[in-house]
Amino acid sequence: MTTATARVARPGHSAPKTSKNARSRERALAWARRAPLLPALIFLIIVTQLPFVVTLIISFLNWNSLRPDQTGFAGFDNYVQVLTNADLRQAIFTTIILTVSVVLASLVIGLGLALLLDKKFIGRGLARTLLIAPFLVVPVAAALIWKHALLNPTYGLINGVLTWIWSLFGSNTPPQPDLLSQAPLMAVIVSLVWQWTPFMMLILLAGLQSRPMDTVEAAQMDGASPWDIFRQLTLPHLRQYLELGGLLGAIYIVQNFDAVFTLTSGGLGTANLPYAIYQTFYFANEYGLASAAGVVVVIGTIIVATFALRTVFSLFKKEAAR
Amino acid sequence: MSTLTPAEHQKSGPARSTSPTALNTGSRRSRFGKIGGKSRMDPTRNNTAAGIAAWLLALLFAAPVLWMILTSFHSETDAATNPPSVAANLTLDAYKEFFGASSGVIPWPPLINSATASILSTVLVLVLAIPAAYALSIRPVKKWTDVMFFFLSTKMMPVVAAVLPLFLFAKTAGALDNIWFLILMYTSMNLPIAVWMMRSFLAEVPVEILEASQIDGAGLLLTLRKIIAPVAMPGIAATALICFIFSWNELLLARVLTGVMAGTAPVFLTGFVSSQGLFLAKVCAAAVVISLPVLFAGFAAQDKLVQGLSLGAVK
Repeated sequence: MTTATARVARPGHSAPKTSKNARSRERALAWARRAPLLPALIFLIIVTQLPFVVTLIISFLNWNSLRPDQTGFAGFDNYVQVLTNADLRQAIFTTIILTVSVVLASLVIGLGLALLLDKKFIGRGLARTLLIAPFLVVPVAAALIWKHALLNPTYGLINGVLTWIWSLFGSNTPPQPDLLSQAPLMAVIVSLVWQWTPFMMLILLAGLQSRPMDTVEAAQMDGASPWDIFRQLTLPHLRQYLELGGLLGAIYIVQNFDAVFTLTSGGLGTANLPYAIYQTFYFANEYGLASAAGVVVVIGTIIVATFALRTVFSLFKKEAAR
Repeated sequence: MSTLTPAEHQKSGPARSTSPTALNTGSRRSRFGKIGGKSRMDPTRNNTAAGIAAWLLALLFAAPVLWMILTSFHSETDAATNPPSVAANLTLDAYKEFFGASSGVIPWPPLINSATASILSTVLVLVLAIPAAYALSIRPVKKWTDVMFFFLSTKMMPVVAAVLPLFLFAKTAGALDNIWFLILMYTSMNLPIAVWMMRSFLAEVPVEILEASQIDGAGLLLTLRKIIAPVAMPGIAATALICFIFSWNELLLARVLTGVMAGTAPVFLTGFVSSQGLFLAKVCAAAVVISLPVLFAGFAAQDKLVQGLSLGAVK
C-alpha cells in the first residue's frame, strides 16, 4: 500500500528517488500514528505477558521454596498432579459449578428485573438506584456482611426475619437454617448472585431500551400476547446482550477470590481455583504446582474467552467496518 | 391469538435488522441518527403491578445494604438480636470503635493506602489510555482492531495465573509491601478496560468537524482542546470513576503483594474481624466506611456505568 500511494502521489521522471522519500515519509507518518499507542502497549506486555511466560516456565519445575535443594526440571509432573490431586480437582469442579450457577442465576433474575424496570411506574429511578446498590458495595465488605449480618445462624438477618414471621403466627419454633455450614457453596453462590444481578440487569436493560418499539406496537395492535412479543421479538433482540453479559460475568466470576476467601476461607469444598492456587503458593510454597494450576485456569479461561471475544467482536465489527 | 401471522413476521424482519444499528453504539453515526433511547414511544400504560413487583424486588436487593447501614448505627447488643431489633436507638459507637476509640487500631493508614493506590493508578491509566485510544479511534493505526483485541485478551487472563511471578519479582527486587508496585499492578489491571472505554467515547467525536478543523489549519492542541475534549470529558470522568472502583475493590493482589506498610482497606477489612465478643455493628460500620467511596463513585458514574462495564459495547 505504501508503494502504491507513493507511485500515485509522485509520477514523473524522478520517480525512484521521490518514491523512496515518500516511502520513508509515509513510514514516519505511520510511526507518528503508532507513537501514542506504544507506551500503553509496551507497559501492558511487560506487566501482563512476561509474568505469564514465567508462570509457564515455573509450571515445569519442581520448586518448593521450603526445599530449595530439590529444585529441578519436573516435566509434566505438576500438571499430572493438578489433575490427580483431590483438592485441586475439587477446585476445578467448584470453579465450574460456581461460575455456571452464578452466571445463569444472575442472568435470569437480571432479565426479570430489567423487564420490570423497562415499564413505567412511580419511582422507577429510585428503584433502579436501589437495585444497583449491591454492585457498589466493596466485594470484601459485601462478603463480610453476608457472613456475619445476614447468614449468621443465631443473629443473622435471615434467621431473625424467620423468627419474626413465625412469631406472628404464634410459633416458637421457627426454622433456623445455617447455610454457611450446611451448604457453604450455596452461601457463596447466593452472595455472588446478589452482587452480579445488577450488572446483568444494567446490560439487559440497555438492550431492552434499544429495542425498536414500532414492531412491538405493531404486534400489539395485531393482537399478539405479551408472551408472544417477549418470545418472538424481545428475546431474539436480547440474545447478544444475554451473551455479552453472561460471558463478561463468567470472566469475572471465574477469577473470584474475595467471596470464597471471606465467606468460607475455602473450607468444605468451596475452594475455587484462584483460592486453591493462592493457598498452594502462599502457604504450601509449592511454586511449581501453583503455576501449573494457574496455566490450567488460563487454558479454561481461553476457552470461555474465545466465545466472549467472538460475541464482543460481533458487536464490534459493525463499528469497525464503518 | 397465540402466534404471529406470516405478515407480522415480515413486519418484524426489517425491524430486527435495524437493531444492530442501535447496538452499534459509540459509532459516529449514532450521534446523528440514534435509534431507541429515552425519547422512544412508550406504551404509556402505568403498570401498577409491575411497579409493585419492581419495588418489592428493589427493596429485597437493597435490604442487605440498608441493613448494613442501619446496623452500623446500632449498639453491639442491639445489633445481634434474634428477631432483629429494627427500631433500636441509634448511636455512633460502632464508628467510634472502628476508628480505634478503645482498641487504638487506627484504620487511616490502609484507607490512605487504598486512596493512594486507586487515585494514582487511575491517573496513570488515563495518561496511558487516552493517547492509546486516540491512536485507535481518531487517527487509527493499521490493524487497530487487532490491537483492541490484544488489550482485551490481557484482561481475560486471570490475575491468579500471573501473581506468583509478580510476588517473586517483588520479593527479589525489594518491592514487596511497596505501594508503588501495587499502583503499577492496578494500572495494568485497568488499562485494557480504560482503552476500550475511552475508544468508544472518542469514537463519538464527529469526524466531519475534525476534518473541517484540519482544513482550517487548526493545530493539534487546538483540536484537542476545542473539539475532542468537550466530547471526551464525560467519558474520561466515567472511565476514571470505574477504574477507581476496580482498584479500590481489589483484594488478591493487595493481599499477596502488601503487608503492614502498604496494606489497603480491603486487606485491613479481612483482618478486622475478631472471633471474640460482639463485633457486628463494628463490622457494619467498617463495611459502610470502606464502601462509601465506591457508592459515591458508582452513583456518580451511573449513566455511563453500563457502557464502562460492557467495555463500550452497550450504551
